[in-house]
Amino acid sequence: MVRKRIYSVLVENRSGVLCKVAGLFSRRCFNIDSLAVGETDDPEVSCMTIVSSGDERTIEQIEKQLNKKLDVIKVKTFNESQSISRELMLVKIKYNKNNRREIMEICEIMNAQIVDMSKHFMMIQICDTPERTKLLLNMFQSISIVEVARTGTLALMKCMENDD
Amino acid sequence: MIGADAIIKCLEAEGVEVVFGYPGVAICPFYNSILESDIRTILIRTEQNAAHAASGLARVTGRPGVCAVTSGPGATNVITGIATAFADSIPLICITGQVNSELLGSDVFQEADITGAVESFVKYSYLVKNVNDIPRVFKEAFHIANTGRKGPVLIDVPIDIQNAVINKFKYPEEINMRTYKPTVKGHAVQIKKVIRELEKAQRPIICAGGGVLLSEAQENLRAFAEKYQIPVVSTMMGIGVMPSEHPMYFGMVGNNGRPCANRAMNESDLLIMVGARVADRAVSQPDLITQNKVLVHIDVDPAEIGKNAGPTIPLVGDARHIFEDFAKEEIECNHDAWVETLREYRTTMERKRKPDPAFVDPAKFIDELSRKMQDDAIYVADVGQNQIWSCTYHIVKQGKFFTSGGMGTMGYSIPAAMGAKVAAPDRQVVAVCGDGSFQMSMMELATMRQHNIPVKIIVLKNNYLGMVREYQHYTYKDNYSVVDLSGSPDLEMIAAAYGMKFQRVHNMDHASEEIDAFLANDESVLMECIIDPMDLVK
Repeated sequence: MVRKRIYSVLVENRSGVLCKVAGLFSRRCFNIDSLAVGETDDPEVSCMTIVSSGDERTIEQIEKQLNKKLDVIKVKTFNESQSISRELMLVKIKYNKNNRREIMEICEIMNAQIVDMSKHFMMIQICDTPERTKLLLNMFQSISIVEVARTGTLALMKCMENDD
Repeated sequence: MIGADAIIKCLEAEGVEVVFGYPGVAICPFYNSILESDIRTILIRTEQNAAHAASGLARVTGRPGVCAVTSGPGATNVITGIATAFADSIPLICITGQVNSELLGSDVFQEADITGAVESFVKYSYLVKNVNDIPRVFKEAFHIANTGRKGPVLIDVPIDIQNAVINKFKYPEEINMRTYKPTVKGHAVQIKKVIRELEKAQRPIICAGGGVLLSEAQENLRAFAEKYQIPVVSTMMGIGVMPSEHPMYFGMVGNNGRPCANRAMNESDLLIMVGARVADRAVSQPDLITQNKVLVHIDVDPAEIGKNAGPTIPLVGDARHIFEDFAKEEIECNHDAWVETLREYRTTMERKRKPDPAFVDPAKFIDELSRKMQDDAIYVADVGQNQIWSCTYHIVKQGKFFTSGGMGTMGYSIPAAMGAKVAAPDRQVVAVCGDGSFQMSMMELATMRQHNIPVKIIVLKNNYLGMVREYQHYTYKDNYSVVDLSGSPDLEMIAAAYGMKFQRVHNMDHASEEIDAFLANDESVLMECIIDPMDLVK
């Protein structure tokens, strides 16, 4: 059975590490549904959030193969219900006076913000769960979308009393 | 002191005695500095073979073999050798020269992104950008290569870094790597579980892989098998864990293995896989081996456990440590009936061959050759039909058996045998190859002559790429495609050209005397055995 899995991978913040991790996924035919990378509070350490999917053996292999990489410091793995996940998306759309009101209503309902606009275009920002981000994008499908940029999922495990 | 001097100092600190390689401008500072050292340099004739020779040396010494080549084509040529070592977990340090660090990425003459290119074939790689990093990088590289699951490490050093002045050279005594701490000691609870299963089992068997040899656990495993009468089979890489004629050894498993070994593994109720990957050649249907038996999988690499077959009891650790821990336990068991059954299989299930007397029979020839070889001799098999015959008929006594098991790289035997002979000059070293694999490495006859490395070479000549021909025989009903080796050189003339002794054996009539002459002196001999072109390993 194919399941979704999130890997929060702390790696040495060096050039080439992203390539090694991404290469590992492609070489072993593991999926990458999304990948987001950024520096942590320690400038020598980056955190990669990788969303992948596969059967049980694949999910286990991904974790083991990640741990084998010498630039990987720590791998945490969890599913969506165990974590808080967010995605940031910017969408540029073309509007006219007939649909302007509708767009603003959608933004209000979805808790998205209009962050830039010109006479014919506006840019909308949403920071929400991957599902709601996708939902907003679907809502805009009937309106003309010009450009979309998404960060990919960021996720951390939910807070627990014995968190290290 | 410059970077190149520092590299040599690092190699000396690691006890390196030999470097195999091929210079070019980008590695010239290194080859200039090495002149001041006692480290022996061996000029190989193509870079791939530098890695194979280092691999042969590493498999004798148990320490990483070192090769050093130039940038660009030198580095890319060595990739097959690195991948071969990686597939068999052989520790190597591969030093590559690189263009000036300020020119990196600009596609200048002989620039290749070698650290990028080898990423999936190395345990780790370094691109040195600061000369002061050299001591730490080398210390880490040797540690990484030869601990945990062993493997090749590549160090790419731009020429300006080799020439840069190093402030202060101090070889580190300790390693400080937060990301690398391999587990070598088995978990006590898991060890107890294995012991309990052994007490329950009626038909236990140990399947030994190359990991047993890499952790030098063969004595421990042997003693354990003898004490508790546990039969042992091996993978191709595990040949040599047990002497071939040991009463508890039943041969190599797999699609080219001995029928009695495969049957023994199938009928067992407890299978202890140790230092083996459970890959397709050894176990064609990994899902099935867990169906009717308890599978214990011991490996130093946690990722190997459960990759191809889900074990009942996973046990992460180095085979040596784990068998030392097993030896501390007292186990109540008796498998006399099981051992008796297997001995019967061994005598009744041998494959019958019907060799054509007009040719040398590889089976009989290899059997006789290995019986006449010295007890501690090193036998290096190449890849092809010769490899399968070697695995099946070579008798390991106290010696070693090397081959390229994981990658199946043709041309491995001659350079690897050279590396082995350099490491163990007092031991007999014989490379056995086919006429296809011989021609992939025959340029190294010059290296053998130049550096006085008296390896003995046997070429099983059938004028075909025999293994592929055999595949085409079965799969394409003898529709042969691109397997005819016509045009091959006269090996007698090749031997003469390189100043080697030559022998040609046409059939088994005088094979025994020919083998005696072949093995008589510690000198290079090229022996050609004419075998039946239509012979099959199966």
